[in-house]
Amino acid sequence: MAVAVADRRPLATGLSRSRWMKDRVFSAFLLLCAALALVPLVVIAMFVVVRGVSALNINFFTKLPPGPLDPPHTGGIANAIVGTGMIIGLAVVLSVPLGIATAIYLSEYGRGRIATVVRFTANTLLATPSIIAGLVVAATVVTWTHSFSAYAASLAISILMWPVVTRATEEVLRLVPQELREGALALGLPRWKVVVKIVIPTAGSGILTGVMLAVSRGLGETAAILLTALGNSYMNTSYGRPTASITLDIYSWARQPQPVLQELAWGAALTLMTTVLVLSIAARVVSIRRQRRLA
Amino acid sequence: MTSLEVRQLDAWFGKAKVLKSIDVVAADRAVTAIIGPSGCGKSTLLRCMNRMHEEVRGARAEGEVLFGGQDVYAPDADPVEVRRQIGMVFQRPNPFPTMSVFDNAVAGLKLAGRFPKAELHDRAEKALRAAGLWEEVKDRLQQPGGRLSGGQQQRLCIARALAVEPQILLMDEPASALDPVSTLRIEELIAELKRDYTVIIVTHNMQQAARVSDSTLFMLYGEVVEFATTQKVFTNPEDRRTEDYVTGRFG
Repeated sequence: MAVAVADRRPLATGLSRSRWMKDRVFSAFLLLCAALALVPLVVIAMFVVVRGVSALNINFFTKLPPGPLDPPHTGGIANAIVGTGMIIGLAVVLSVPLGIATAIYLSEYGRGRIATVVRFTANTLLATPSIIAGLVVAATVVTWTHSFSAYAASLAISILMWPVVTRATEEVLRLVPQELREGALALGLPRWKVVVKIVIPTAGSGILTGVMLAVSRGLGETAAILLTALGNSYMNTSYGRPTASITLDIYSWARQPQPVLQELAWGAALTLMTTVLVLSIAARVVSIRRQRRLA
Repeated sequence: MTSLEVRQLDAWFGKAKVLKSIDVVAADRAVTAIIGPSGCGKSTLLRCMNRMHEEVRGARAEGEVLFGGQDVYAPDADPVEVRRQIGMVFQRPNPFPTMSVFDNAVAGLKLAGRFPKAELHDRAEKALRAAGLWEEVKDRLQQPGGRLSGGQQQRLCIARALAVEPQILLMDEPASALDPVSTLRIEELIAELKRDYTVIIVTHNMQQAARVSDSTLFMLYGEVVEFATTQKVFTNPEDRRTEDYVTGRFG
C-alpha cells in the first residue's frame, strides 16, 4: 500500500539542527579530553629532550661518572649502560620464557583451581609495588650471598616482568580463534604441536608486544634495583658484584647540587626514554610488517 | 572397509545430555547427510566421530564408533591417530593465517614431522587438485592462505584435510558461510570425493542434503528420528516429524 506523499512525515525536522549542534559539541569535548591526556606526555618528552640533549657527547657513552673536580662533559654513564644491559638481559632470560610458558598453560591447558591460583598470583604480582619485590630479594638473596649484585637485581626485575609477560601473552593467545586450534587438531596433530606451530606463530606479534611492555617496565625500574644492585661508580661486568644502572644514576644525581651531575641525570633520562621508544617502535614495525605480510 | 558405524552413542556438554543412543552407519564411498534443526545435535554427532567433541571443555561421549572394525572410543585408541584417519572440514574456512597456500595444503604432513621434503610438492598438488583448487592457485602457492576468497579458502581447507590421506571426511556445514557459486563448487567436489572417500556431511540446507547425499539421517532433540536413503527420506519418510521437517513445515 503506497502512502500518499502528503501523508509522509517531513524528513527535515527542526530537531536535526540542534542534534547536529549537540553532536559537534560532544565530539569537540571528547577531542579536548584526548588532547589533555597528551599534554603530560609531550611535556615530559620535551623536558627530557631539552635538558638532556646537552649532556650527550661521546664521553657520555664511553666514560665513567665524573669525580667532583672533573670539568663538564668529561664523565659519562658507560658503566650504567653496561649494568642496565646486564640486569635487564638476565631478567629477560629469566622472565620471558617462564612468562610465555605460564601464559600457554593458562590459555591452552589450564582448567580449574590451579589455573585460577596462577592467574590470581600473576594479577597480584602485577599490582605489587616494585620496592617490595626489591625488599624481598634483598632480604633473601642479598643477605645470603652477603653482597649486592646484578643477579639479585635481575631476579627482582624478573619477578616484576613475569606477570606482565604472562598476562599480556595470555590475552593474545586467547585472541587466537578456536577454529584454528580445531582445524589443526582435526589434522591429527598432537596438542603441543598445535600450540607451538599454530597458536604461538599466530599470536607472535602480540607476544612480542607483551615482551616489549615488560622490558620497558624493567628498564624504568629503580626501587628494586636500588635495594639489590645498589649501584656502582666503576665499571663492573661481574654478575656477583654491586652494579650501576641508568635509573640509579638518575636517582642519585638528580638529588645532587652540582649542575654537572644534574645534567648527566637528564642525559641518562633521555637515554632511557629513547631506548624504550626505540624498542617500542621496533616492536610495532615488526608486528605491522607481519600483519601486512598476512593480510 | 572404511564405513563408519555409530552404536549407542551418548554425548554430554557438562550435565546436559545432547545425544541419546545414536545408531547410524555411514556406508563406504557414499555420502551420508545429517540434517535437523539448530541445536538438534547434528554437529555434536559429527564431532564425536573423530573425537573432536571432547576438545570442548566439559564435553564427553560414551558409546561406540566403529571405524573399519576398530572402536574410536576404545580405551587405548589415540585421538590424534583417529583424527589423522578421519578428517574434518569446518563450517567457516579456517586456513592457518601464518602459512602460505602451499604450507596450508600440506600442514598436516609438514607439522607431523619427518615427511620427506621432496614429496611435499607432489602431495600438495595432489591435494589441491582433489579439492579442485590447483588451477586457481598454482601460480600463487607462496601467498598467504588468508588472501584467497572465502570459497577458495574452504577448498584449501578441504585440500588440507585430504593431504593427510584420511579414509573418512567429515564436513560440518562446509558451505554455509559461502556464496551460492562457491556452494555449488563444494557440492560438485563432494560428488567427486565420494569416489575415494566416505563422506559424512552436516547441513542446514535440505536441498543440499537432497542433492549431494546417498543416505540421510534426520535428528531432533539429540535423537535419531529417521535414517534411510536420501530418496526415501525426502519423498516417502516413515516418520511424521521427518515429513514435516523436509517439507518445511518447521525447522
